[in-house]
Amino acid sequence: MVRGDSLMKTANLEITNVIWKRIKKNRMAQVGAYLTIFFIIIAIFAPIISPYDPTEQHFEDSLQGPSWKHFFGTDIYGRDVFSRVIYGARTSLKIAAIAVSISLIIGSLLGAIAGFFGRFIDEIIMRFFDILLAFPSILLAIAIMTILGAGDKNLIIALAVYSIPQFARIARSSVLSVKRNEYIDAARAIGEGPWSILFRYIIPNSFAPVLVQASMRMATAILGISGLGFLGLGVKPPTPEWGTDLSLALTYLYVAPHLGIFPGLAIFLVVMGFNYLGDGLNDALNPRLKDR
Amino acid sequence: MLRFIIRRLLLLIPILIGVSIVSFLMVHLIPGDPARILAGQNATPEDVLAIRERFGLDKPLTIQYFMFMKALISGNVKSLRTEKNVMEEILPRFLNTLQLSLVSIIISATMGIFFGIIAGVKRNTWVDNLVMGFSLFGVSMPVFWLGILLMLIFAVKLGWLPAGGKGTWKHIILPAITLGMATSAIIARMTRANILQVFHQDYIRTAYAFGISERKIIYKYVLKNALIPIVTVVGLQFGYLLGGAVLTESVFGWPGVGRLIADSIFTRDYTLIQVGVMFIAVIFVLINLLVDFTYAILDPRIRYGQG
Repeated sequence: MVRGDSLMKTANLEITNVIWKRIKKNRMAQVGAYLTIFFIIIAIFAPIISPYDPTEQHFEDSLQGPSWKHFFGTDIYGRDVFSRVIYGARTSLKIAAIAVSISLIIGSLLGAIAGFFGRFIDEIIMRFFDILLAFPSILLAIAIMTILGAGDKNLIIALAVYSIPQFARIARSSVLSVKRNEYIDAARAIGEGPWSILFRYIIPNSFAPVLVQASMRMATAILGISGLGFLGLGVKPPTPEWGTDLSLALTYLYVAPHLGIFPGLAIFLVVMGFNYLGDGLNDALNPRLKDR
Repeated sequence: MLRFIIRRLLLLIPILIGVSIVSFLMVHLIPGDPARILAGQNATPEDVLAIRERFGLDKPLTIQYFMFMKALISGNVKSLRTEKNVMEEILPRFLNTLQLSLVSIIISATMGIFFGIIAGVKRNTWVDNLVMGFSLFGVSMPVFWLGILLMLIFAVKLGWLPAGGKGTWKHIILPAITLGMATSAIIARMTRANILQVFHQDYIRTAYAFGISERKIIYKYVLKNALIPIVTVVGLQFGYLLGGAVLTESVFGWPGVGRLIADSIFTRDYTLIQVGVMFIAVIFVLINLLVDFTYAILDPRIRYGQG
C-alpha cells in the first residue's frame, strides 16, 4: 500500500508537470494566469497600493474627472475611485473564492456520491438539483439575497446555492466515466470498501474537469457579486465593490462619465482572466480536444 | 417518439411541484413582517392583525402553501401591495421581456452562427483566433457594464439612440445588443466546436477522398450536420435571456418582468415575487422541454437513447 501511494504521488507530480508545460505553451491560458495573478496581488496589497482610504469622503472634491491627484477621478461623495477599484478587487476575489470553494466541496462531493452509488441516491440528489437549476441563477440569487439581506456572508450563500448544482453535475459525469476503469475493479477485488474507493481513487482521478469548472465559476461568481451589487443587493455600503459603484455611476452618467468606466473594466479583466485560465486548463487537461 | 414525449411530460410534474415549493418557501423566509410592512409606518397593532388575517399570513406554512396553490390555480392570487391580480401585473411585463429577448436572440443567433461558421471553417488561422478571442471577450463582459458603455457612446456622446425606456424601435436596440452579447459569444463557440467535430467524422474524410471540392463539402455535409445541435443551444440560450434580463432591464429602465421582480423585492410584495419567479422558472423549464422535443425530432438517436 505504502509503495502504491508513493508511486501515485510520483505519477501525480508528473501529471502536474505536464499540465504546467501545456499551460505555458497555451498563450490564452498564460494571459489568463497573469491577469488572475495580477488581480490577486492587487487584492492582497490593496492597502499599500491605494493612495487614499476607499471610504473617506471629501465633498469638496465630488465628481472630479481623472487627474494626477485622483487617477480615476472621484465619485459623488468625493471618494477616490482608483482606491475603490483597488479595494474592490479584495471584496470580489475574497467573496468569490470562498463561495466557489464551498460549492466546489459540497457540489463535487454530492455529485461524486450520486455518480458513484447511483440508483435512488443519484435520483434524489440530481432531481433536487434539477429543481434548483430550473430557476434562472440571477433570480435565485436575488431572491436569496432579499431573504437574507445584504452582507458578505449572505452573498457567499447566494452564490454557493447556484454554483453547487453545477459542480455536482460535472463531478457526477466525471465520476461516471472514471468508475468504469479497470483499476476501480482491481481496488474492489482486493477488498477496499466503497467510501475508500470513492475518496482514494475516484475523486482524485475525476478532479480535472472540476478544476476547470472552478476557474470558470470564479468568473461567474465575480459577475454575480457585481450584478447583485448593481441591483443594490450586494455587500453593505460603503464597502468598495465594483457593481455597487457602477450603479452609482449610472445616476451621474451625463455629468461624470468616467465613473462608468473603471469599475467595469476591472470586472471585465478579472472575469476574462478566469475564463481564459479555465479555457486553457481545459485544453491542457484534455489534449485530445485541442486539435479539434 | 410518443413514449419519449410522455416520459418527459411526466418528469415535468415533480420539477414543477419542486419549483412551486422552493419559490413559496424562499419568499416566506424573508426577514420582516409583511403585514406590518403592508400596514405602513403609522399602523396600529390592530391594523397589522387585520391585514395578517385578511391575507392568511397567520396560518401555518403548510396551510399557506395550499391556500396559495389553490388561489394560483383558480387565478386569483393578489399582489400584496397593489391588490391587483398578480398575473395582471406580470403578463404585460412578461410580454415586454419576451419582446426584448426575441429581438436579442435573433441578433445574437445570427451573429453567433455566422462568426462560428467562419471560425470553424478557417480553423487555427488568425480569423479563428480573432473570433474565439472575441467570444471569450463577450462572455467576460458584465452585462450592466456593457449597457453603460453602449449608453455612454450611443446616447451620451453621439446622441443617436435613447438612453432608456420603451417607445419606438430605437429604444430596443441597445438593450437587445447588451442582453445578447454573451449569448452570441456562446453560440459562436458552440457552432465552431460542432463544425470541427463534424470535420473529424469518417464520412467527411471519405468525401475528401472522393475529390469533392472543399466548398461543397462544407456547405453540403459539414454545415447541415453541425447546425442541428445549434438549435438546442439557441433554444436554451433563449430561456437564459428571458430569466437573465433583469440586469439589462435595470440598466435601460426596460419595463420587463425581471425589473418588476427586482422592484417588488424592495417593497416586499411576497406574492408578486413568488408568482413572478415561479412563472419565469416554469417558462424556463417549458422552453427546455420544447428544445428537447425539437432536438429529438431533428436527431432520432436521442429519443432511442432515453427511451
